Amino acid sequence: MATVSLQGLKKSFGKTDVIHDVEIDIADGEFIVIVGPSGCGKSTLLRMVAGLETVSAGEVRIGDRQVNDVEPMDRDIAMVFQNYALYPHMSVFDNMAYGLKIAKVPRSEIEARVAVAAKLLQLEPYLQRRPRELSGGQRQRVAMGRAIVRKPAVFLFDEPLSNLDAKLRVQMRLEIKQLQRDLGVTSLYVTHDQVEAMTLADRMIVMNGGVADQIGAPLEVYANPATAFVAGFIGSPPTNFLDASTFAPGAPQGAQLGIRPEHVVLSGDGTGHRAKVLYAEPLGAESLIYARLESGDNITIRQDGALPTPAEGETVSVAWDKDEEMQFAKDGRRI
Amino acid sequence: MEKRVRFKGLWLPLLLVMPQLLITAVFFFYPAGQAIWQSLFIPDPFGLSMRYVGLGNFEFLLSDPFYRASFVTTAVFSILVTLVSMGVALYLAVLADRLIKGSGTYRTLLIWPYAVAPAVAGVLWLFMFNTRVGVVTWYLGVLGYDWNHVLNQGEAMGLVVVASAWGRISYNFLFFLAGLQAIPRSVIEAAAIDGARFWTRFRTIVFPLLSPTTFFLLVVNIVYAFFETFGVIHTITSGGPQQATTILVYKVYADGFVGQDLGSSAAQSVILLVIVGILTIIQFKYIERRVHY
Amino acid sequence: MAERHGMVERRGVGLWLTHLGLIVGVAFIFFPIWLAFVASTVSQPEIVSPPMPLWPGDQFVENYSKALVSGVNAPVARMLLNSAIMAFGISLGKIAISLLSAFAIVYFRFPGRRLFFWLIFLTLMLPVEVRIVPTYEVAANFGMLNSYSGLIFPLIASATATFLFRQFFMTVPDELAEAARVDGARPMQFFIDILLPMSRTNIAALFVILFIYGWNQYLWPLLITTDPEMNTIVMGIKQMFPSGDDIADWPVIMATSILAMIPPVVVVIGMQKLFIRGLVDSEK
Repeated sequence: MATVSLQGLKKSFGKTDVIHDVEIDIADGEFIVIVGPSGCGKSTLLRMVAGLETVSAGEVRIGDRQVNDVEPMDRDIAMVFQNYALYPHMSVFDNMAYGLKIAKVPRSEIEARVAVAAKLLQLEPYLQRRPRELSGGQRQRVAMGRAIVRKPAVFLFDEPLSNLDAKLRVQMRLEIKQLQRDLGVTSLYVTHDQVEAMTLADRMIVMNGGVADQIGAPLEVYANPATAFVAGFIGSPPTNFLDASTFAPGAPQGAQLGIRPEHVVLSGDGTGHRAKVLYAEPLGAESLIYARLESGDNITIRQDGALPTPAEGETVSVAWDKDEEMQFAKDGRRI
Repeated sequence: MEKRVRFKGLWLPLLLVMPQLLITAVFFFYPAGQAIWQSLFIPDPFGLSMRYVGLGNFEFLLSDPFYRASFVTTAVFSILVTLVSMGVALYLAVLADRLIKGSGTYRTLLIWPYAVAPAVAGVLWLFMFNTRVGVVTWYLGVLGYDWNHVLNQGEAMGLVVVASAWGRISYNFLFFLAGLQAIPRSVIEAAAIDGARFWTRFRTIVFPLLSPTTFFLLVVNIVYAFFETFGVIHTITSGGPQQATTILVYKVYADGFVGQDLGSSAAQSVILLVIVGILTIIQFKYIERRVHY
Repeated sequence: MAERHGMVERRGVGLWLTHLGLIVGVAFIFFPIWLAFVASTVSQPEIVSPPMPLWPGDQFVENYSKALVSGVNAPVARMLLNSAIMAFGISLGKIAISLLSAFAIVYFRFPGRRLFFWLIFLTLMLPVEVRIVPTYEVAANFGMLNSYSGLIFPLIASATATFLFRQFFMTVPDELAEAARVDGARPMQFFIDILLPMSRTNIAALFVILFIYGWNQYLWPLLITTDPEMNTIVMGIKQMFPSGDDIADWPVIMATSILAMIPPVVVVIGMQKLFIRGLVDSEK
């Protein structure tokens, strides 16, 4: 078990900077999710913690040790890869045991540790199989097992669920969460899926173009996005962005007004802004209504599924509570 | 294409490439350089010293009627070997491709002459056409034809061509069959529905679609005929009669080892080197194109 | 398959003609070998008074034991051994050095890597026949005449196998090497534990091709082995023909030819799938 600390972390390939100044102190046992669109540098950040990428500036600390120049195997970490990276010619048992064999752990202990992990992951019947004889979910578990048996101080997950189908993804997400709680191992988890991020994280790092736009607990990030990017990326359907000069007089030049779909309501009394309904999506528990304001801005409204939905082409009035408005400056920062 | 992962280390990779580097340097680069160097000298009559002659060896070679004849011989030989082996192979592959069942059996029956060394193939054909005991020679005699490749230049050429082409049929057959089986059936069926008969289909659809394979085999077979048929020539005719079957590679050997004319032999090696280089470039151009498809 | 061919498939007479055509082809391929086999089972007088029989005789044991035990210049058993050592030496040696150098150029960055890459690139396709005289001199200077190392080493100096393994290593996912690094594997542990087992099929396919290449060498053994005891079987056959007008001992020569074919043919037929794969790979 260990704390992890990233201080002024930078990475550049030649002249291009891909990671700018990431700073975070991770507590022992904390589950951190690094989330962002593809190309935002989230995988690179994780790989720098793993020791698979070199650090251009700043430092990575695991426990009380600075590990910038320490080989991956000596960092006391374990990693679960996106494609699982199972050794195709080895049995499930050998895949899990390989790292321990190299570390010259006695045979009896290897067997004991693999047995514990296999039980935990329900892999016991498959120990002698090859990876290609397993289903996607089982392979995923083997990759987890390989990480668990090493009893590392830190787990690193690089989009571990992205190759699974939607249903399995939800199930494995729960299992990972449960496992991490039970083992209490500090974890860093990379994903592009904001639902995974929201459900798994104790705290999340929202990455945008190599910069950590915001670091915080999921609900706090959701409720209080630090930048327009975060407001747009976290939450589905995304935050509505409106021209602030029209809807919030007095806002600075070029500012944007953000308002979450669930905060917009159809006002039955005709107050608020007039909008024309483009189409409506009844989803059962909730309905999404897409409309165009007279200003030309599009707006999404999320309402309870039991409420009546307006017809396409109908003109409605929409309104929101001023307190729910978020203003973002031209450069994206929250005002 | 580069790997994202790389291991650290300086001495380990150098150690790893060392065996190949050493063997290649000693048995490849040094001899190849030596061939180029020697081609610029001629030994004095007693073999005691070498005299620098610049491109003299090349000038002499290119004006030497025997060498020029050997060039023509090589060209004729290579073209014939390539045509015969590819022609027979294509014919068999087209037939095998038409079978639903059994093409695998024929493939097994047809591929194994690939394993027969050219020199052994030479001995087999020499035996059949031997002027004294050959079975084929005898039956030809019954038919009134007096076969004697030891004296008749045309017959000698014919025999080495057939013996060289024989062992090569398997190789070409394999590639042609694979090429034919890669052609989508729907294309051929569409042509059949359009009313094209077998021969028309073959000419207008199958053969054009097969052209990458054909071109590849053309180059590979020419290389084979140039360099790997030494064993056939040496066992059957030893380059005779009157040098009628002395191909370039055989002449390098004959002049260098039998005639001990090192300068000329080296110059011949250099010329062969250039020919190989050209063929290699053609082949790589072709591969590049295939990759870009 | 049936669906694949469908309506274009020949039926009735056409089908039989197809088979007939193929059988003629197979017969053409087989006839010389059949004749050699027949000749290896009959006596010398039956051959020298043509036409020789076209059906095997009863001298099989005599001819083959005579060939194997005494041969003409050297026992064929000895030549078979020489050929086996040469073929195994060339195939295993080439595979070994190629695996190592391909591993180095794919998984390391070291000074001179590019140069090395181009150097071995140059050796592609340049057959030993072309640089025969100077290579012979090198071998002679090293005292390699009439030795196994002389038979083997000069024929290992080519880069086709290195390129093949390089191609294959490039297709191995990066994440496997990273997983191995996280697992604590040193480079050579990764090579031996992960990369080698994963390359099994490629190694086997290449082995088939190289074994035949090595076994069938002719010119090089002809130059470098003057001692009949060091002859390989493929080149030794020609040495069994008498000089001048003497009549060759055909039954023994033909028995030797059959013996020379058996090992490579067994390898090709026995490992047919790997052989075809190796052939296609090595021409890419």
